[in-house]
Amino acid sequence: MSSKGLTFRGGIHPPHFKKQTEASPIEEAFLPKEVVIPLHQHIGAPCEPIVKVGDNVKVGQKIGDTKAFVSAPVHSSVSGIVTKIAKRNTPTGSKVTSIVIQVDGKQEISEEVQPKGDLENLKKDDILKIVKEAGLTGMGGAGFPTHVKLSPPEDKKIDILIINGAECEPYLTSDHRMMLEYPEKVVLGTKAIMKALGVENGVIGIEKNKPDAIKIMKEAVKSEENIKVAELQTKYPQGGEKSLIYAVTKREVPSGGLPMDVGAVVQNIGTVSALAEAITTGMPVIQRVVTITGSAVKEPKNLLVKIGTRFKDVVEQCGGYTDDLGKLINGGPMMGIAQYTDEVPVIKGTSGILILNKKDSEKPEPSNCIRCGKCVDICPSGLQPLMISKNSLLRKFDEAESYNAMDCIECGSCSFICPSKRPLVDAIRVAKQEIIAKRKKN
Amino acid sequence: MENKVLATSSPHIRSNENTTKVMLDVIIALLPAVIASIYYFGFDSIKLTSIAVISAVATEAIIQKLLKKEVTIKDLSAVVTGILLAFNLPPSAPWWIPLIGSVFAIAVAKQVFGGIGHNFINPALAGRAMLLASWPTKMLGWENPAGVDAVSAATPLQIVKGAEGNLQPLTDVILGRVPGCIGETSAILLIIGGLYLLYRGVISWKIPVSYIGTVAVIAYFYEGSLLLVGYHVFGGGLLLGAIFMATDYASSPVTSKGKIVFGIGAGILTMLIRIFGATPEGVSYSILLMNVATPIIEKYTAPKVFGGAKK
Repeated sequence: MSSKGLTFRGGIHPPHFKKQTEASPIEEAFLPKEVVIPLHQHIGAPCEPIVKVGDNVKVGQKIGDTKAFVSAPVHSSVSGIVTKIAKRNTPTGSKVTSIVIQVDGKQEISEEVQPKGDLENLKKDDILKIVKEAGLTGMGGAGFPTHVKLSPPEDKKIDILIINGAECEPYLTSDHRMMLEYPEKVVLGTKAIMKALGVENGVIGIEKNKPDAIKIMKEAVKSEENIKVAELQTKYPQGGEKSLIYAVTKREVPSGGLPMDVGAVVQNIGTVSALAEAITTGMPVIQRVVTITGSAVKEPKNLLVKIGTRFKDVVEQCGGYTDDLGKLINGGPMMGIAQYTDEVPVIKGTSGILILNKKDSEKPEPSNCIRCGKCVDICPSGLQPLMISKNSLLRKFDEAESYNAMDCIECGSCSFICPSKRPLVDAIRVAKQEIIAKRKKN
Repeated sequence: MENKVLATSSPHIRSNENTTKVMLDVIIALLPAVIASIYYFGFDSIKLTSIAVISAVATEAIIQKLLKKEVTIKDLSAVVTGILLAFNLPPSAPWWIPLIGSVFAIAVAKQVFGGIGHNFINPALAGRAMLLASWPTKMLGWENPAGVDAVSAATPLQIVKGAEGNLQPLTDVILGRVPGCIGETSAILLIIGGLYLLYRGVISWKIPVSYIGTVAVIAYFYEGSLLLVGYHVFGGGLLLGAIFMATDYASSPVTSKGKIVFGIGAGILTMLIRIFGATPEGVSYSILLMNVATPIIEKYTAPKVFGGAKK
């Protein structure tokens, strides 16, 4: 291993901005008066409500489900009364049928929540069932249902599980804190998924800017001969699935393919911790660690927040906004989605709430592309962002496609590095949408 | 949340690089050679450089005003063009030469095609080529620099090619104590400028190294002497061209492999002109020709897509 750590080709070095919260222990957030739990927090089919207005619900009770395979059930994070089932804004930008629950403060736990026993006694199918029933999804942000990732087709032989502890997004420290504070959960969740997949090789990848997490996780896996900690170079997007697989295994996920095509499955730190919880206590995904940080929040924190808590309630516990609030973001600064209201709830994929002041929110004016080629040098997908963007802006989407626009992972590194402040990834997103629309038509 | 928030798309942070900073780095890298040119050629150098820079900036501002476009002279790219154009002039050039050269470089080679980033050839070299074609005698009036007492004022490469005169010692060539264009003579200071640009990440090593390397290899086979290779590398406009002109962003490839192809191509053309052409130089025309070939080079040197997507 090189002294800089394992890595991929390209990438950028944005400022870390993690100092605000990296040393703040995870605190349990207060219970809000009301939660809004969207029935669609994942990639795939939305859930149908299985409770009705007026019903009493308990903590961990399933309140939304579907028969579709690519989906994940939704549970109540509180005990209380269902007051409304209606479309509400979610931080992913769409309006989704959501269950509004008035919190009674008792936090009675549902009878459905039962410990699942020792991992040794659980079989592969038992674990898959626990994963599915707990509503586990990728908690790094994308929200892909976990049980789907753990059910590869027969012909795809999986031989490695990689746990993503890179946390390459600036500002965010939730995964970092989880590794420091619940290393045993990370290890248990990792072992459970390895068992579910039948793989003998587990790797926890951590960027070298988190030496304390590397030390603690190495200690935690000392007695596990099949699990190793890989030290990764601190570079964005190190935690991108394809970048991470390449850094650890030197295998390239083929264009248009999935990690399973190269025998790998990647899971996030939050996801495996949540699985550990689902096994030991039986509690499904009803809460998650969220980093609340940025230049326009008074007291940045890492909070354990109940799913469905509105952003405004979370921010209130962090001292509220400063006077010059400029931007409110679900996720990190590189790939997070800016919100236009703080009425949106924390969902399973909310790794952070980033709150920027007016100065930090300014979008710089773009000027002419000077063809410096920096975007080409740093593109982790080996693309030429300036050419895709240029063709997209001219509405030449076929040309954009010939420059492999569809291989863009939208990490935003090109827009970050551009000295002319050109909206490169924005133009590439447009091209991708147009190309997908055209493919659907044909 | 009474305040209105911005809901723009990601990424929400940007690097603090900008075009002005890039151009400022190029100007800083050129400064040692500017000072050397003043040391060796005195007031002539100050005069030519300032006229070239002022004309370039003024031309850019006037054209953008006339076209009702945003005036972008604060990006400093016109300053760079002005300095580079002046660097390509002999010390004896009259005052109107840099004026006409800069106007042509900015108006015709740059603004006609859409301004910064859109010039398909290097504006300063386009200006020089126009001047050389129009007033060849004014463009080839070599003088010995201050402190050099020699009968002839032939450039080292002219002498290597057979002109009258005593070949200057290679140390003088490297220091810049030889006749030549005002900015090209001091090899050592141009290299220092180039190293600064590399350190700052403004240019990559690929074009300068492949260009200079190709010239050196061909020169060795042609001249059969390492000493003469030294004259080919340090004695003319090669370093200025390879480090500061061939690396012009707009007119050179953005792809890694493309940069190497560009450098090798320019090296081959330079040596073809030096060996078979009527002049002992050849850097300017080689770079201009490679500028024109840049789109096609880029087309065939696309980087390898992660995961191996087919074109």
